[in-house]
This record gives sequence, structure tokens and C-alpha cells, in this order.
Amino acid sequence: MWRRFQRNRLAVGGLVLVAAMVLTAALAPWIAPYSPYAQFSDIGLQPPSRAHLLGTDTIGRDYLSRLVYGARISLLVGITTMVVAALAGVVLGMLGGYYGKMVDAVIGRFLDALLAFPVVLLAIFIVAVLGPSMLNAIVAVAIVYTPTFARLARASVLSLRAQDFVEAARAMGANDARVLGRHVLPSTLSPLIVQCSLGIGSAILIEASLSFLGLGVQPPTPSWGAMIGAGRNFLTVAPWLAAVPGIAIILAIIGFNLFGDGIRDMLDPRTAGRRPSHGP
Amino acid sequence: MFRYIGRRALQTVVLLFLVSAIVFAVIRLVPGDPAAMQMGTEATPQGLARLRHEMGLDRPIYVQYARWLRNVAHGDFGVSWLSKQPALSLIQRRFPATLLLTVDAALVGVAIGVPLGILGGSRPGSVVDGITSTFALLGVALPSFWLGLMLLLTFAIGLHWFPPSGYVPLNVDAGDALRHAALPAVTLGIGLAAPLARFLRAGLLDALRQDYIRTALAKGVTATRVVLRHALKNALLSVITAFALLFGGLLGGAIITESVFNWPGIGTLLLNAIEQRDYGVVQGVVLYVTVVFVVANFAADVVYTLLDPRIRYE
Repeated sequence: MWRRFQRNRLAVGGLVLVAAMVLTAALAPWIAPYSPYAQFSDIGLQPPSRAHLLGTDTIGRDYLSRLVYGARISLLVGITTMVVAALAGVVLGMLGGYYGKMVDAVIGRFLDALLAFPVVLLAIFIVAVLGPSMLNAIVAVAIVYTPTFARLARASVLSLRAQDFVEAARAMGANDARVLGRHVLPSTLSPLIVQCSLGIGSAILIEASLSFLGLGVQPPTPSWGAMIGAGRNFLTVAPWLAAVPGIAIILAIIGFNLFGDGIRDMLDPRTAGRRPSHGP
Repeated sequence: MFRYIGRRALQTVVLLFLVSAIVFAVIRLVPGDPAAMQMGTEATPQGLARLRHEMGLDRPIYVQYARWLRNVAHGDFGVSWLSKQPALSLIQRRFPATLLLTVDAALVGVAIGVPLGILGGSRPGSVVDGITSTFALLGVALPSFWLGLMLLLTFAIGLHWFPPSGYVPLNVDAGDALRHAALPAVTLGIGLAAPLARFLRAGLLDALRQDYIRTALAKGVTATRVVLRHALKNALLSVITAFALLFGGLLGGAIITESVFNWPGIGTLLLNAIEQRDYGVVQGVVLYVTVVFVVANFAADVVYTLLDPRIRYE
């Protein structure tokens, strides 16, 4: 299986990007030359120099350090949203798929209604009501992605419900929770994992958009989107402020997308060579 | 076929009810008393009680919802809490700007995405296909707000080719209007072109594997003609299937792009309303845009049914 992954050069590229981002986030205190919150000079907006490789921001904080710590925020938001969305989606999807009829109809219509909103609009709407913060951005993006996971889980449950081993488990006296948790869930895992890794990229993008608009992660926490949002007012004097975090976002998203494609091809060789259908 | 369309129409109506219920419910999550927020500092206990009664806030929640829904059905999308103007008239005033932006962006998206998708899909593995795939990969990963700022930096601030911001209505000066719309439209259009190229490429690859293509080629039809006349039709169907994703991306992207270029459309109306905590307008805009989206998706479904006879008997 690993061989198949390796043969896909793009997937390996994705793995390298993801690994680089995870390492940057994990080792941020050692990689970053300074604290992301320390103010170095009275005058901000210093151009890149030897002391500050990417210069300083408006209030004199080392920009490279903030960029490095920003990887933590993006990863945190990306992974948390996918875990929350996957949990909520799996519970809803399995309940609907397993019990069918009314339960399925109610859950199904509710999820349809969530899917009826344009993704970015729904996320903006939720944070607008809950208030701008990182937690609320996570909640918003998780809600947006819950239906996707629910549909995946429901489809797997439907195809599994009729199979012999589930029937056998029930005949042996396993209750619903045990059937779902021990027998059905493991078989639905691989499409969920693929969706998670593809979704992290989209979640990072939406979080960055929300933070850019001032609706997501709040200052002084270093978030790539918020950094671009702050840098937009200094395009003429310090264009790197807006430019650099964007490159980090692009690399992160490309990494997770290629990585997700690679995992999918690895788990299901039938789709190998086709482009995915994901994204916001 | 008409039975199928009828069923989809019914589902769309149900969907609109549910969507409105979600918008109504979510707005109620706003902490605080809407009446107190509307009155602001002039609030007195008596005044508040009267306003709460006027707004129906003293009634059970389902009565409030029914009343609100009746108003929406009559075109009353609520009132701005600040300016007291109807949300719908605020939206309509901003509508031409957003329409100009999204139509231009759609043109840019189609102009870039369709040729790339066709060239890439008809020659898998070629250099052009490499360009298409790279573009599709990059385009999906590009944050539109970042792309917008970079275009602004290069073509407006650096080269002075285009104005950095501002909106000129099409009927005032068409040339100037398009010049002002160029950078926002390209920003938004590239976000559309990337997934469009990807879907079209995948659709073409699938179509070209079918037997009828082999038959056509065996009959001596030229490769170009096979792609353009035979395979493309089926590939376009797969693009229509992805309509919701593409159009949803366009609408969401428009909000962000408008913010970058200070474009006075519905997106900036929404963002300003959020900033000013004017939830009357927030609710109106979210509902309006979502209704447009739902109805457009239904229209795409109908078009799909008309174009593809295979779906009619499902």
C-alpha cells in the first residue's frame, strides 16, 4: 500500500509539505527566531534584514516568528474542525442510515438545508451571530462540513446494514450501539479519513478568509489570514506583509490536497489518476 | 420528465422553508434583546415593552416565525436596525454592482477554465494537460483575498493599468465600468476557472473512454471533431452536476472579493452590517443570497434533465 503511495510523486510531494507544516508547528519555539508577540522596535514596518529575515509588522514584531507560529493556528483550526465535523457527521449519518424512516428523513432534510447555503456565506453567517473568535470560527467551519461527513457515513451504513456480518452480530445479541460502533464504524473509516485530509485544506482556507475579514482568529494571535488582513493597509510601503502569509496558505492547502488524493488512491486504487471533487 | 421536475420543485419549496427556518433560528442566537439593541441608548422600560410588542417578541417563537415567514413571502426581508430602511431595498441598491462583478467573473472563469479543461482532458499526460492540472491545483489553493491583493499590488499600484478600487455603473460609462471591474473580476474568475477546468477535464477523460467515441473514431471522424462534437456534450453534463459547487463558490468568493476591492455590492453590505451588528440586514442578505442559490440550483437541475434524457425515468 505504501508502495502505491510512493509511486505517486504528487502524493509524496503533498506528504512532504504536510510534514513540513506539522514540524514547523510542533517545533515553532525552536524554529522561530523570536517570540511572535515580542515588540522589537518603536518603529514598525522594518523591511527584511539580517536580524529580521521577513522584516517586522506594524508594531515591530518579527514577521518570520509570527509566520512560523501561524502554522500552529492553521493546523489547529484545520484538524479540530475536521475532527468535530467528522464526529458530528458520523453520529448523524449512522443514526439516519441505521434507523432509516423518520430518523433518516428528519436528519436528511436538516443536512440538505445546511448544504443549501453557499459554504463561505454560511460560515460568515455563523461567526457573525456567535461573534468573532477562533473557537467560533472552528464551530462555523465544523458545521459547514458536517453534512459532507454525514452523507459519507450514511452511505456506508446503508451498504453495510444489509451485509451478513452485521446481521450475524445482531443475531448474536449485540445491541444497536455495539453493532454501529464495533462493526459498522470500522468499515466506514477509510472514506472518512480521505475526506478529513482533503477537508483540512479547505478548512484552513475558510479560516484564513474569516480571519482576513476580521471574523476569525483575533489579534494578537498570529493567524495567516489575519496577518494578510492587517498587511492589506500597507501594500505600498510593506508589500511583503500581505504577500508572504499567502504563500504559506497556498503551500499548506496544496500539501493537504495532494496528500488527501494520495491517501485516497492508496486506499482505493480504482480512483487513481482522477482528479478529486472537493474544495469550497 | 415533468413528474421529475415537479418533484424537484416540491423539494425546492420544502428546502426554502427549512433554509428560512435555519436563518430565523440562527439569528435568534445573537446574544441580547433585539429590541434593546434597536433602541440603543434611548431605551426606556415602557419603550422597550412597546417595541418588543411591535416586533412580536412577546409572542411564542413559532408565531414569530410564521409572522416573519409571511413577511418574507411578501418581499419584506426585514428592516435595518440602524437606518430603519427595508433590507430588500438596501440589497436591491447594491445588486447591480454584485451582478456586474459576478457576470464578469463568470466570463473570465469560462474563458480560462473551458479551454484549459478541454485541452487537458483531450490530451491526458501532455504538456497542456500538465498546465491544466497545475492550474487546477493552484487555483483551488489560492486564497481569493490574497490573489486580489497581489493583483492590486501589481496592476494597480505598480503598473497603474487599472484603478485600485471603486465602482462605476455600467450605464454611466461602460468602458470605465469594465476597467474598474477588471481586477475584481479576474480575482473571482480564477477561483471559478480552476474547479471548472478540473471538472471539465475529468468529464472529458470519462467521456473519451466510452464506446461511442471509439465507434466515431473508427468511422473516421477526426479527433478534434470527436472531442468537440461527441465527448464535450457529455463532459458538459458533468460540469452542470457540479453547478452548485461552482456557483456557491462564486457567491461566497464575491463577498470576499468585494471586501478586498471595496466593491459596493451585497457582500460589502453584509460585512458592514456584521461590523455594525445590524442583524436585520445580516438576516436579509443571508436569506436573499441563499434563496437565489437554491433557486439557481433548481434551475440547473431542470436544465440537466432537459439535456440528459437518461435521467427522466429515474
